[in-house]
Amino acid sequence: MTTRYTEDHEYIKMDGDIGTVGITAFAQDKLGDLVYVEQPKVGRSLAAKEDAAIIESVKAAAEVKAPVAGEVVEVNEAIVADPSLVNTDPEGAGWFFKIKVTDATAVAALHDETAYKAMIA
Amino acid sequence: MSETLAKTPLFDLHVSLGARMVPFAGYDMPVQYPLGVLKEHLHTRAHAGLFDVSHMGQVELHGPDAAAALETLVPVDVIGIAPGKQRYALFTNEAGGILDDLMIFNTGDYLHLVVNAACKAQDIAHLKSKIGDRCEIRVRDDLALIALQGPGAESALMGVARLASRVTDLTFMQGAFIELAQVDCLVTRSGYTGEDGFEISVPAADCEAVAKAILAQPDVQPIGLGARDSLRLEAGLCLYGHDLDTTTTPIEATLNWAMQKVRRSGGERAGGFPGASVILGQLDNPATVTRKRVGLKPEGRAPIREGVELYDATGNKIGVVTSGGFGPTVNGPVIMGYVATAHAAPGTRINAMLRGTPTPVTVVGMPFAPHGYKRV
Repeated sequence: MTTRYTEDHEYIKMDGDIGTVGITAFAQDKLGDLVYVEQPKVGRSLAAKEDAAIIESVKAAAEVKAPVAGEVVEVNEAIVADPSLVNTDPEGAGWFFKIKVTDATAVAALHDETAYKAMIA
Repeated sequence: MSETLAKTPLFDLHVSLGARMVPFAGYDMPVQYPLGVLKEHLHTRAHAGLFDVSHMGQVELHGPDAAAALETLVPVDVIGIAPGKQRYALFTNEAGGILDDLMIFNTGDYLHLVVNAACKAQDIAHLKSKIGDRCEIRVRDDLALIALQGPGAESALMGVARLASRVTDLTFMQGAFIELAQVDCLVTRSGYTGEDGFEISVPAADCEAVAKAILAQPDVQPIGLGARDSLRLEAGLCLYGHDLDTTTTPIEATLNWAMQKVRRSGGERAGGFPGASVILGQLDNPATVTRKRVGLKPEGRAPIREGVELYDATGNKIGVVTSGGFGPTVNGPVIMGYVATAHAAPGTRINAMLRGTPTPVTVVGMPFAPHGYKRV
């Protein structure tokens, strides 16, 4: 499984052509306690960088964008019921949605972990 | 980023406590500590929280004519504030709008004013130009201000007071000079969270020692500006520059309670403050008040924030949200805004335009979380 990162602090974890999307530990820390999550609908077709989920922390509203183009195949309802999961386990139980990626080369073009860590350092 | 931020006397303490610092009203202030906004909010409601509010302005008015002079700037009974008592007030302008809101405490010797950080330069200039010839205006930049709030505030303060009875003697909106951690402080039983609690004016040089002594008491946590905002919003308290400004009158803001009878039409000292004709006109003829500040409750859980427009059922714009966010105690969105008077009655259903989607919200009374003031 490869994981890639965007400049907007989303990650996408690839398993075959299915990518699990969420926000990084760095992003959740910057946002503060999440209190609301609105997920995209399953079946929705997302363009790269399109706003997919809406999140609200105690401080501000933000969007989770699709790191690459794809179709939403599953959303994590657990974080809708308990948004704090995104804070406590952003890259595990706090994932947002899964997309069926149309172009694997687009994923490869995103930052790898080393490059992402250098970006936020 | 050429702006140089001022530091409060507690800056080093905030940093050592792991605070995240942000610019606020020209100061480098703690928005949150490692506990985080949500838990800081809940901790304050359940136990006690210590806030640094040293960015606020503290001004003293000295002289026998000070109270009467101040009455020319606020629609409030200042002369009637007994020694040891505190009162909420508003500086108004000629149009009946609000220049700032403030607290006035009568020490017995002089009036101690606390004004908003963002307005303090303008407030001081206003005081000097309008009543500087009637009383002595002392700007107390040498004083810091901290707030201890929550149901555990009383016992925490008793723990650092030389005479604990000086603390328990106070009820809501009373104050006294009390020795805390060997420092003489001006303590009032008031605050900005809706909870029981105290605001403590302390010499800047001694502030850190007093703050550390209070933080060493059981169940006291440092609380940042993030939780301060969600606490005041749940308590239904206005934030100047958002819920109040130069275009809103005290009547539109439903702050009628802040204007005592003696300053109203028919009162002994009726009028005589800026904008009196507008403000008293609205008080005397409620039908002329076109909009009112209300609480709003949505059906869903999406927070609705400042600037979101409000519409009636037929799509006419009837108002705007002035403060909105998530209320951790309410465990849901809390919203304050202005609506046309016809839609201001509790129970009225209107729509908030949230990201282009009309979202049903209901007008509700405030506060959203019950107040915990110690009134007796």
